[in-house]
Amino acid sequence: MMTKAVRRQPRPVFDRLTSSHAAPVATMVFALLVIWYAACLPMNTDLPSMPMGGTLMERFTAAVALDRPVLPAPHQIAMELRTSVCGRLPEADSFAAAFFSCDLRWGPRNLLFHAWTTLSATLLGFLFGATLGIGLAVLIVHVRALEKSLMPWIVASQTVPILAVAPIVIVVLGSQGLTGLIPKAIISAYLCFFPVAIGMVKGLNAPNVIDLDLMRTYNASEAQTFWKLRWPAALPFLFASFKVAIAISLVGAIVGELPTGAQAGLGARLLSGSYYGQTVQIWAALVAAAILAATAIGAVGLAERLTAKVMGAAR
Amino acid sequence: MADAAVKRLVSFAEETGSTADLAAARPVIEARGLSLTFETNDGPVFALSDVDLTVNEGDFVSFIGPSGCGKTTLLRLFADLEQATSGTMSVNGVDPETARRRRDYGYVFQAPGLYPWRTVEKNVMLPLEIMGTPRAERRARAARNLGLVNLGGFEKKYPWQLSGGMQQRASIARALSFDPKLLLMDEPFGALDEIVRDKLNEQLLRLWSETRKTIVFVTHSIPEAVFLSTRIVVMSPRPGRIIDIIPCDFPRDRTLDIRETPEFLKVARRVREGLRAGHSYDD
Repeated sequence: MMTKAVRRQPRPVFDRLTSSHAAPVATMVFALLVIWYAACLPMNTDLPSMPMGGTLMERFTAAVALDRPVLPAPHQIAMELRTSVCGRLPEADSFAAAFFSCDLRWGPRNLLFHAWTTLSATLLGFLFGATLGIGLAVLIVHVRALEKSLMPWIVASQTVPILAVAPIVIVVLGSQGLTGLIPKAIISAYLCFFPVAIGMVKGLNAPNVIDLDLMRTYNASEAQTFWKLRWPAALPFLFASFKVAIAISLVGAIVGELPTGAQAGLGARLLSGSYYGQTVQIWAALVAAAILAATAIGAVGLAERLTAKVMGAAR
Repeated sequence: MADAAVKRLVSFAEETGSTADLAAARPVIEARGLSLTFETNDGPVFALSDVDLTVNEGDFVSFIGPSGCGKTTLLRLFADLEQATSGTMSVNGVDPETARRRRDYGYVFQAPGLYPWRTVEKNVMLPLEIMGTPRAERRARAARNLGLVNLGGFEKKYPWQLSGGMQQRASIARALSFDPKLLLMDEPFGALDEIVRDKLNEQLLRLWSETRKTIVFVTHSIPEAVFLSTRIVVMSPRPGRIIDIIPCDFPRDRTLDIRETPEFLKVARRVREGLRAGHSYDD
């Protein structure tokens, strides 16, 4: 009821795009593109497929159009992303019409298919990891002894390189007949429970002495203190942790696809790209992973803002 | 108005004895030989030493003294937020822990301590939720107590939308929501400016005389203590102890004007002398 009175009209999308953020972001993107293109010639100049001699302009034009460059140009990656999602460029009146047409075919040849494969493992792993992290934090906050005894193990778990752990998990679970989604999700969970546990220990301990004393004067039970005080106080910390966790959960899912030479997933695309020297494909998969991570973090951010609104945040 | 109030002044005894009216009242808090020592790395800290005190029903007792004199600690002992090292104490005829478990008292802290994710109304309903009061009853009580502290109409606001004084009033409404007979207040207006504080003092006094609660009030302001109290407990640090108990029986419907009267100034002087005698500002 109150929220209705306070709620502001959502600004139109166009309005947002043209807001004060737009100019600095556009400048930054432009600068990165310039540096990227400028780097293409020196990076690719020693390749045998480069023409001998020629003017600087001729050499540059060749360097950004190579089949297997060391550093592909941004437009090559954009074209690879387009063709791997929407199929080969069709015949059309204009380039723009052809570029923005789409013949979407679901299957292992489609990058979206691989992105979804990785995303499903990411989300499942995030779910496992978040649950585990929150559970550990609740235990640590309520059982004092565990802070000293459990915390070192939690920290130690993250000092082991995930690249060393991943094959073990895949092989061990594979021998038990578990393949595909679950092992990858477990590797994701192994990575992402950590920031959630650390953040939630901090968050659940966030209430100050007065807040806790107040509960004591009401003779509140542990459960009441948890749900009415500790949990709501911890939510800002939870969302901050979630943003880190969802990103590294994606890393975990990709790493989990590498050791078995999985047939599907962004990790599989990276691997096959490197087998065959398809640098453009590797970069396209990387960009897809980055977009996926940004989207996931954006979704967490949205959930955070919605929660803050319900909880009457001063915004 | 002020003159009438002054005329009805009960003559107060010079010694610490209570008036006949108070002697007849039932004791709400009784402390005998109460001591609390904190063990620290630098040796023991004598927070409270051998405190004897009786607070009767309907009393408004203020603890005054410099920082570190144990006045907050003493209040926390009554509330079972701290445990005494030695001595005996009863709150409403039982030990403090039982009293706390029975929710015999409402506690108002130095800071409002409103939960920022709850509206003012929901903050006031928090103790009722914990005690399992039905929903309709919760709303009715919240409305009644917010009215009592002049916060009607602010039910749906969040704490950050309120001024400091309003927040502290909301916290008083929260302490009153489950209708405890005893109100323990730990420097509730300490962080507020003097104008707001005067206003809240008047409101608190009105609230006290309307609800007939027993109030134990911690402060470090002499005028506040003299204006509000029926008895002033002067305390001194190292070790925390009571050095004087001053009866202060101005009529219940006193106004801020009485602060100009000789009687008021006389009590204030005795409080100041007591504080000085405790060497409280020497070191």
